Amino acid sequence: MSIPAEDALSAAAPTPATRANGEESIAVELDGVTKRFGKIAALDDVSLLVRRGELMTLLGPSGCGKTTLLNLVGGFLMPDSGEIAIDGQRVTNVPAYRREIGIMFQNYALFPHMNVAANVGYGLRMRRVAKAEIARRVADALALIKLAGLEDRKPRQLSGGQQQRVALARALVIRPKVLLLDEPFSALDRNLRASMQVELKEIQRKLGVTTIFVTHDQSEALSLSDRIAVMAEGRIRQLGSPDEIYRRPVDRFVASFVGDVNVLRARLERIDGAIATVALGAARVKVPSRTLQGATTGSIVDLFVRPEELRPAERGTAVAADGIVAAQSYQGGHVDLYVDAPEALSGRVLLRVPRHEGMSLWRAGARIGIALAADEAIAFRPA
Amino acid sequence: MPRLPLQWRLRLLGGVTVSAILGFLLLPALVVTLAAFNSRAILSFPPESWSWRWFVKALAYDDFQAGFRNGLIVTGWASSIALVVGAAFALALDRYEFRFKRALEAVLLSPLVVPHFTVGLGFLILAAQLGMARGYGVIVACHVVLVLPFVLRSVYISLRNLDPRLELAAASLGAPPHRVLTTVTLPLLVPGLVSGWLFAAILSFNEFTASLFVTAQRTQTLPVALYNYVREYADPSMAAISVMYIVVTATLLILANVFLGLAKVLNVEHPR
Repeated sequence: MSIPAEDALSAAAPTPATRANGEESIAVELDGVTKRFGKIAALDDVSLLVRRGELMTLLGPSGCGKTTLLNLVGGFLMPDSGEIAIDGQRVTNVPAYRREIGIMFQNYALFPHMNVAANVGYGLRMRRVAKAEIARRVADALALIKLAGLEDRKPRQLSGGQQQRVALARALVIRPKVLLLDEPFSALDRNLRASMQVELKEIQRKLGVTTIFVTHDQSEALSLSDRIAVMAEGRIRQLGSPDEIYRRPVDRFVASFVGDVNVLRARLERIDGAIATVALGAARVKVPSRTLQGATTGSIVDLFVRPEELRPAERGTAVAADGIVAAQSYQGGHVDLYVDAPEALSGRVLLRVPRHEGMSLWRAGARIGIALAADEAIAFRPA
Repeated sequence: MPRLPLQWRLRLLGGVTVSAILGFLLLPALVVTLAAFNSRAILSFPPESWSWRWFVKALAYDDFQAGFRNGLIVTGWASSIALVVGAAFALALDRYEFRFKRALEAVLLSPLVVPHFTVGLGFLILAAQLGMARGYGVIVACHVVLVLPFVLRSVYISLRNLDPRLELAAASLGAPPHRVLTTVTLPLLVPGLVSGWLFAAILSFNEFTASLFVTAQRTQTLPVALYNYVREYADPSMAAISVMYIVVTATLLILANVFLGLAKVLNVEHPR
């Protein structure tokens, strides 16, 4: 008998075709959830809907409440107020062992006294699944994560990447309603991390399992997520697709936390409905006016520009700013130019230019102009 | 003689010092061992001729046999009771926050600073007040108090080394609390529990000062029997018993180390 691994594992999650709009497509719902530790609110009145089958990332600096949120969904913590529902059922006070949740911790938390097969089969044994069925599903799960043949190894005999796969298989083999990932890649070295990320994403999509992923690494969040919830100080600051978060941050915090950004002092020239025009040197930039509520025409605003939206230009042309190249950093695919310019809040601007664009022209010490490549900037009132 | 470089001389000095300290630690055991094989009927050192006969005599001596049996009874009960009580307290101290936690910890560890004769005398007075004959009950109770800190410490350290995420992972996989305990927590605590029990057993079996107060002729443990013997006689069967003590204890510790890794349970690791 041979059953494709993905059939054996595929969760109760429906295929895309059967996904309905509306209520049924919500896998996890948090409604006004607050959790305090002493006087500090780790989570402050947070509401969030996670769609079925999506990979939702909770992104934020340490102490922002993302791990608390994960622990609340997992049932390891109980909220002080608010409600949590999984698959439409209220689970606010349901203990972890009755929630049908898969979790993978940063250190994988494999049971050191059990071999790989026993680790992966643990959840099935707890469900009193028949022995033959356990053996079959464990074998399928190990095939899915490409670790067939290592059933008898103990966790300490495995590499970091292998341990992570076992942890993933252990969480998935019970066909969880939700998969929770707590900083799963931070213990891996850089090369392995990238390939594990791709693999995780593949498996997640194949199985269609709703996944909540916690990280403080913004590039990881951008590359893996269907949607990102950027969190700070116990609240969700912005919820959106990686592209929305990167290109249309709602506030200074999100703009600075996600991706590299230059903050330049500019002048608000005028506001026409949804569009505002900002003057920076000889350049005029159109930005959304939504983020400039209350700013008066002629006042100084902070213009946030991504490094790839800036490019070097001849001095004297209608450039946004003039500067002196401080350093050049070759990155293989592109070159980072650090340019000292007084318009920058930090005194220094980062330009990300394609490799072939005349590296030799922009040696350290060269005086250059800085131009804006496109209208992909956003402005906020000074902090 | 050519002058050695300073570093070498310091290293030599260090080596000699360490060897001297180790030798000093092992000296009593060495002297006793040699004395045990002395064929003459006095405790003397160094022996002039060799014999096993004191071992034979010690093993055949009624008081030693009774003392050994009594010791096993007391040790078995005391260390097992201390294990259960100590493990429960260790779990409570590790897992829960409550008022007077520090105070409870201090009380549980206090037998480390209270002299053994004080504990023994206390139990003697108490037993007399309660009209309890100086039977096994009072000896066991006394030993439980004396070995509890060691069990507590050993189990507590094992608990500290246990990653709480293992229990969370088990819960997420559908294990209710009692199954988390039996399938994850307890199996991982086995080295701590066994070594805690072992230390308790060794301490209890060797305990003399407090036992002297709470044992009677009928219930005397081996160390007390030895003491009573040496007050009357001074032949090398004492030394022979001592050698057997050393061999048995060392064997137990070596076995424990091989099978459980004592180094692991005696130190708090810093997980990840």
